[in-house]
Amino acid sequence: MTKSELIELLSQRQKHLTSKDVEFAVKTVIEQMAKTLSSGERIEIRGFGSFSLHYRPPRMGRNPKTGESVPLAGKYVPHFKPGKELRDRVNIGAAKNKIQIDTSPDENEDD
Amino acid sequence: MALTKAEMAEKLFQELGINKREAKEFVEMFFEEVRGALERGAQVKLSGFGNFNLRDKKQRPGRNPKTGEEIPITARRVVTFHPGQKLKARVEAYAGTGDLQNAG
Repeated sequence: MTKSELIELLSQRQKHLTSKDVEFAVKTVIEQMAKTLSSGERIEIRGFGSFSLHYRPPRMGRNPKTGESVPLAGKYVPHFKPGKELRDRVNIGAAKNKIQIDTSPDENEDD
Repeated sequence: MALTKAEMAEKLFQELGINKREAKEFVEMFFEEVRGALERGAQVKLSGFGNFNLRDKKQRPGRNPKTGEEIPITARRVVTFHPGQKLKARVEAYAGTGDLQNAG
């Protein structure tokens, strides 16, 4: 499911909102989440999960072209921990219906 | 203070001009649709944020940390999150003070 499919689904359920409104709302929610993480704050959604930042210490990297060593600074990376309801529903969904994971052939790039 | 559904609803109320009840309902439904898709076995891709993928894990041996007793960890399906390039770049730019090192 992509962002535009999510917008479509939500538009069907929210008859009192125009699809333009739903699109704006979805983008607002996502932007608020991204902004929160990039300001170093956590996100906690009960029944869904929590997002936090994990620290990656500085390390020596290598330029793959030249083989040269380059120092890489420490950084933060986003981390997601699924909540109990999400964990259970995904797992039960898989066990009950033996649903195949649907991974439409795609690049793993997101924008 | 962490971002919660209540703050998301407040933002929608302010920026979209929908009433508070509708805003709350919308946020609830947003996460419910994502959960529902994952439950159905579908990957979720939110551009500008990241992808929620599913992985099937085989049964593996485990241990009760308290008693030391061996119990198998049953086969299961788990959700993994992969932040997109854009989010990673934004977060990386965050010059943390180090306070966050133990967060989560």
